[in-house]
Order: sequence, then C-alpha cells, then structure tokens
Amino acid sequence: MSGFLAGLCVAILPLLAAGFWLGRRTAGSQALGGLGTPVEHATFETLHTASLAAPPLRAGLTEETARKSARRLRTLLGTDALCLSDQKQVLVWDGVGGHHRTEVMERLAGPLETGRGEAFRLTCDTPDCPVRWAVVAPLTVDDRVHGALVACAPRESAVLVRAAGEVARWVSVQLELADLDQSRTRLIEAEIKALRAQISPHFIFNSLAVIASFVRTDPERARELLLEFADFTRYSFRRHGDFTTLADELHAIDHYLALVRARFGDRLSVTLQIAPEVLPVALPFLCLQPLVENAVKHGLEGKTDKCHIQITAQDAGAEALVVIEDDGAGMDPVLLRRILAGEVSPSGGIGLSNVDDRLRQVYGDSYGLVIETALGAGMKITARLPKYQPGVHSAGRLTGG
Amino acid sequence: MNSSYSVPAVALVVVATVLVGAFGLRISRTTSDFYVASRTVGPRLNAAAISGEYLSAASFLGIAGLVLVQGPDMLWYPVGYTAGYLVLLLFVAAPLRRSGAYTLPDFAEARLASQAVRRLAGAFVVGVGWLYLLPQLQGAGLTLTVLTGAPEWLGGVIVAAVVVATVAAGGMRSITFVQAFQYWLKLTALLVPALFLILAWQGDGAPSHAFEEPATFREQRVVKVADTLDLTLDQPLTVTVTGTVDGRPHDDQQLRLPAGTHHIDKGTRLTFAKGTTVPAADRRTGDGMSTSLAAGREDRPLYATYGLILATFLGTMGLPHVVVRFYTSPHGVAARRTTVAVLGLIGCFYLLPPVYGALGRLYAPELTLTGDADAAVLLLPERMIGGLGGDLLGALVAGGAFAAFLSTASGLTMAVAGVLTQDVLPARGVRHFRLGTVLAMCVPLAASVLVGGLPVADAVGLAFAVSASSFCPLLVLGIWWRRLTPPGAAAGMLVGGGSAFLAVAATMAGLPARGPLHALLAWPALWSVPLGFLTMVVVSLATASRVPAGTAAILARFHLPEELRAEVKA
Repeated sequence: MSGFLAGLCVAILPLLAAGFWLGRRTAGSQALGGLGTPVEHATFETLHTASLAAPPLRAGLTEETARKSARRLRTLLGTDALCLSDQKQVLVWDGVGGHHRTEVMERLAGPLETGRGEAFRLTCDTPDCPVRWAVVAPLTVDDRVHGALVACAPRESAVLVRAAGEVARWVSVQLELADLDQSRTRLIEAEIKALRAQISPHFIFNSLAVIASFVRTDPERARELLLEFADFTRYSFRRHGDFTTLADELHAIDHYLALVRARFGDRLSVTLQIAPEVLPVALPFLCLQPLVENAVKHGLEGKTDKCHIQITAQDAGAEALVVIEDDGAGMDPVLLRRILAGEVSPSGGIGLSNVDDRLRQVYGDSYGLVIETALGAGMKITARLPKYQPGVHSAGRLTGG
Repeated sequence: MNSSYSVPAVALVVVATVLVGAFGLRISRTTSDFYVASRTVGPRLNAAAISGEYLSAASFLGIAGLVLVQGPDMLWYPVGYTAGYLVLLLFVAAPLRRSGAYTLPDFAEARLASQAVRRLAGAFVVGVGWLYLLPQLQGAGLTLTVLTGAPEWLGGVIVAAVVVATVAAGGMRSITFVQAFQYWLKLTALLVPALFLILAWQGDGAPSHAFEEPATFREQRVVKVADTLDLTLDQPLTVTVTGTVDGRPHDDQQLRLPAGTHHIDKGTRLTFAKGTTVPAADRRTGDGMSTSLAAGREDRPLYATYGLILATFLGTMGLPHVVVRFYTSPHGVAARRTTVAVLGLIGCFYLLPPVYGALGRLYAPELTLTGDADAAVLLLPERMIGGLGGDLLGALVAGGAFAAFLSTASGLTMAVAGVLTQDVLPARGVRHFRLGTVLAMCVPLAASVLVGGLPVADAVGLAFAVSASSFCPLLVLGIWWRRLTPPGAAAGMLVGGGSAFLAVAATMAGLPARGPLHALLAWPALWSVPLGFLTMVVVSLATASRVPAGTAAILARFHLPEELRAEVKA
C-alpha cells in the first residue's frame, strides 16, 4: 500500500508542475479581471498586451523577435492579419491571407523608401479572400526606416489607419531602445577591451632594474629572471580572447611573484592553497594578478619587516572562490569605498576598481569583489567566479599538468 | 551478525570521509612549489574520483543480490553499468568538456541559448537525482539492519544526516580526493574478502554445481520469512514449519508440501534439511514489491534484457553527478583519457560482485526467500569463514558498503542542490546552497521511509531509464546534429523523459501487476529512448527557423581541439 502511495505521489508531481506553470501563465490576465470600470479594464488589457509584446522587440527586429511579438501586436490592433517586414523581406505574417506576402512586399518598396505611411487595396483572385485592404506604417529609428508594420482588413477603415500608425510608433520606440541596448553592450565590450591588460609601467621599470642588478653578480639568476619577465609580458600582451583559465592566470602570478621576490628577497613570503578542481574555470584575463600586485604593495608599504601573502582558490559547488589575503598596512574602508565608486583616483595603479568593474560586467552585479580591511589589519579580497557563464570561454588550452 | 567490529568500521569510514573531505587540501604550499600547488587533476586521479562517485549501493550490494536470486542473466547489469562509459567516451566526453558546461542545464544553455530548455533540463536533473538517491538510502537502511538489527529507516537517516552535514558545511571542498579515496576503499573492501572467500571455497573442494542447477541447501538451515510470500514448488518438499502455511498454523511440525503454489505468512520459520532444493519465491501477491520487476523479467526475459542494456548504456551520460566531474579535466583530450581510465577501474571493480553472487548461491541460498538478497555481500564472510577472521572481513565489507552510500549520495546531493539553488529557489543575495542541500536530501529520504524495498539495482535501473530517455537525446543530438532547435530539445526531453518518468511512477505504484504492459512500464528504455530521439528530431525539423544563431560556432568549439582553436583565433 505504501508503495502505491509513493507511486501516486511521484505521478502527481508532473501534474503539480504543469498546474503551477499554467497558473503562472494565466495569472496575469486573471488578476486584471475584476478591477475598475469596463473602460479601465479595457485600458489595463491593452497595456498588458503591449507590455507582453515589448520584451521580444527589445532585442531588435529579427525573424525570431518579430514572430514572438506579432501575435500580441495583432491582438492590440484587433485586425485579421498583421505583417512585420524589414527592409528586404516579410519577417512574419500573423493571421489569415498569407498568400499576399509577395504582393505586400512589392507594394512596400515605396513606403520603405520615403518613410511615409500608405493604405492600398489588395488585388486577389480568391473570391472569398478575408483581406482586401492593407495599411502600411513604417518603423523608423533615428529617422532611418528599419521596416514596416502592415495591418490587413476586409475593408477600408480610418480607425485602423490611425491605430496602425500609433502601434508602429510604439514599436519604433521599442526598436530605438533596442538600439540603445546594443550600443550599451558595445560600450561595455569596448570598456572591457580598454580595461584589460594594464600592467603597471612601474613594475616594468622595477623588474628591469632588478634584473640589471643581477647581471654582473649572478648572471644565471639574471637570465632566469629575464625569462620570467618574458613569460609574464607575453601573457599580458597576448591578443586573442578576453578570457583565460584560472591555471594560466595563476602561472602569470607565479612569474610576477618571482620578479617581485627578486626585488624584495626574504621580506615577502607567499603561500598557496589551490583546489585542483577549479583550475579549468574561465575568468576575465588578468583579473587576479592586479589583486596580488595590490597585496604586495599594501603588504610592504610603510613596513620594514616581513609580509605574508596567502592565495587560496576553493571549490564551492557551481562557483570557485578565490581569496587573496595580506597582513600589511590595510586601508581605510571609507577611502576604499570611494576609490571603488570612482570618486577618488587611487595613488598608484588602477588595480582594484578595474578588476571590480570587469567582474561585475562579465558576471553581473552580485559578483563584485568583497574586500575586508581596516587600517593596520591587512586586507582580504574575495572574488567569486561562476564555473559556467554563457559567453565566457577561455581561449587556448591549459598549460602544465 | 557480530556488530562489535562492523559498527566501528562504519563509523571509521564516515569519519575518514569527513576528514579527507575537509582537510584533503589544507596543505599550504610556498611559491617554490608553485607547479605542485597548481597542478591540474590528472586523468587517473579524476577517473578514480568518477568511479568512486559512480559505484553506488546498486553496484556494491545490488548486483550480487540479483545474481544470487536470478542467476547469471543478471550479469548484464555490471556489463551495462560499465559499457555506459564506452558510449560516453565515443560520443560525449570531449565535446562536453569543451563546451565549458559544469552541469547538464549549463550544457543545454550553452548549446541552445534558451532559458526554458535550461530550466527543463534542471527539472530532469532533480528528478533523476532523487530517483537515484532513493535506493542509496534504502541500501544504507538494509545494511544497518543486517549489521545491528536496527530499524530499516535508521541507516537511511544516518547517511542523509552525514551527507547533508558535510555538503552543507562545505566539507566536500576537496571532492576529487574524497571520491578517489572512496573508490580504492570500495575496491579493497570487496577484493580482500573476495580473495579469502575464494580460498575458503577452494578449501571446501570448489563445489560448482550450484552455478548451473537451482540452488540447494548445503546444510540444515532455518529461514525466517520476513514478508508474506508464495512458494512455487516443482516437486514435493519436506520442511519443518513453525507458523502459518496455506492458512493453517503449525508449531514445529514436519510438513510435506505437494508440488504447486503455497502461501506462507509473515514471520513463519521454515527449517530445510540438507540437500533440499531452494524453492522459488513469488512475492506478487504480497504487500511488498521487491520482486515486481523480476516478475516482468520472467515474463519477457529478452525484452527486459534489451530494456536494461539500453537504459544502462545510454543513461550513464545523463547522470548529474558524473557529468560535473568531467569539468575537472583540463581539456577535451584529458576528458577522453579520464573516461578510458574509468572504464578500466570500473571494469576491474565489476568483476567482484558476481563472485559474491555466485558464492551466495552456494552458501546463502535462503536469502532468496527472506527478501534480503541484497545483503548477500555482507553475510558471506561470516557464513563462509566465521570466527574472528569472518567478523573482521565482514566489518571491512560493511565499511565499503557505507563508503558506497556516502560517496554516491554526497555527489548526487551536491548536483541536485546545485541545480535547486541555481535554477529553482529564488536567489536572495548569496544563494541558499544549504537550503538546497537539505531540500535535495529531504524528498528521497521521505520517499525511502514511505516506500518499501524495491531491489536496489532495479531502482537504480529506473533512474538510468529516465536519464537515458531525456539527457541522452539532448547530449547526442546537441553535440552531433546542427539542426537541433530549442523547442525540439524541450519536446524531446518532455516526451521521452516524461514518459519514462510516468512509467517509473506506475511501476513503483505497482499499477499493472503483470502481463505485457507491466514489462513495458518496468523496462521503459526500449521504447522511451527512441521516442525521445524521434520527438526531438521531428519537432526540430518542424521548427527549422528556430535553430540558434551561433550554432556553427558553438559546434566548432565542441569539436575542435583547444590548441587549434587558439590558433584559429590568434
């Protein structure tokens, strides 16, 4: 009996899920039902339909988005057939009379050229064709004609001309917003490109000076350091791909630390604790090295004794957790907040805020750096890196192994 | 069974698991060891981890139990469990790794760029995970009952508590080491006693008749019938009975039962004389359902065998806890090498359970009557060797069995909890991974307490069938067919996986008790997998305009080796 019960429970689960889904689908229109006068109700309905049609259009005018929004737009206009076209072809024909596609496209040439609306009769051989007349309203973004909205009806109707014009204007606004979205994305991409790979010029001078100091006393060491320098700069200046793997980034950090240790000797000690599971995680290129550079700077600043830096990479389910900790001078949290907010430019390097910006742009605002610090208490920086994020792929293969 | 050794052994395994999980990586290194500190997981270590996570209670206890009850036909189980990795190696391993996906929903999103398909895949991950967790908890309950006589539900609760505690506390940070450790522990726990058992068998004159003939009792044995059952006799049987047979009470009376079917009540003690053939038990009329699948198999053995082969061959690639381990491989080629190593390690392990099953037929044939056939592995050392040696070996096996529950259950719980926190539970600031962990374990725990015993290996077979009918089409077509569309993938998963899921539910509820329909529902893979593929293909072709825009680039990334890709981009 208990077996039967359990089986029943399992069988009911999909039904519950389907019910939940249906409920979610229908909740929108249900909730609007009993509110206000019939006029207000109709207004709500219209606004609701319009709001449903908007999201697809925000991705621009393509076959896919046109298909998704056309049904809602037709409901909005209350016509028998609605057609959306771009400059060259009919993107979608929603409703009856699909055989007019080619004819409509031929008649669209004029309005698409001039950007002015037009109404015309449709010629049709089919005796009982449901659409006899069409009104064209162009879709314009920044005074350029992107496409046209065509509403078809059995007979002429001034109301439809007006309504089609209004809807076309509304769609145009959505397309303008889409354009804006696109330029914002492009801006972010440009910003990421501008932000990447900014190794500090001081580091290059210092490294070369250190290497120079070893050239006579310890030529072998100097040669090794020069090779480390070459490896590090090759990694920093590489041009393909915006993303790297945690393993590669850690190797770059190793080269960097070798050069720093040559300069500071015993004053700097570094320990690592790295879970091998997270080494293949893809992350924005050069986004941990600046954190280590920052830790070195803070650790040795204003101190003559030793500094210890701890680098930890942990596996945490669908994320990797990278922690970089130093026991140096620390920083005033208020000042740090202002630096991260871009109000004050930091004294040297653009490390922290740059990394924070890039992480937020790539993974979303909940993935910014978490920094714990106080004056004289060292600094602990935590970065969370999702193991999978759409669009984030490391170029190239893991080194070493 | 003597529990004074096995309980400490089980406790030791639990403690060792927690310790390796928590401290496996607490070794700090200085920069001079940088290359050691940042070494990626090699194929062999990763393969041991995958094997450790994969070898569940079904493999450790279930296969031996099935071979014991049903004979060599059941060897298809270990073959199927192993060969699944061959399919994975040939069609999925490297492209899946190159896709950069961590979980199956990630793969769906990476390939089809659709949130809806992602959520659907997430739902199936949770479903398969729960189905697979259920037998793990039941197996734990059974083990603890056999070892200490504790109530059936206690073992499941203990495993659930340990797993939830370690996973929620972040104790599985060094999961690769834990799982690799578990693999070697399980192998040792089966291999060492098996060697001693074979020696004992040799010392016994290496009797081998039981492998071909129906099992017989080698000495006088008392059997306590735990569940009401029907005995089917081919020939008359003389037996001493205390309890109720065919509705008549007896008290220590010798009884000669004529050929035919006899109804034996719960709690009856039967004493069989030496040399008696072990009668076939039929539990169909009883309350339990432990042999409901076996019934379908007897009716249509060929269909059942093919259903099993298809489910295990194609289901392995869709197991959520196996897929996430491939992410650890540094690149596609390493993922392939890992799979080859997994084939070796698992193949090696699966030689052992049939040995226990065969020896069980010889030395513990009464287990077929008591319905505790899954306990054969645990009982054999005591039965065949006895004394201190038998107790110690028994303790080792018990420890290994608990390692099996812990490793598979923790891997599954992490996978299910990951999907729950990412795709189901509302995100509130930092995501509630702990809440997800508890939820991931609660449902199967409640089910395992509610549901009686479905044989462990059969229950796992059902999880494989659902996985094979939903994820196998998604992965294979997603990787190898450029015209797959999001609606096609969603429809295929819903139709294939959904129908397999409903069949499983009907089987668990015991709806059609026998006949062809029962066989169809108990072994759904043979029709649900082709159905899933067909739906996916047909709906994709019908919605040809919805092929995602970047498909060509995505497939190039799946199939091109990483170095080549870097050169192309540079």
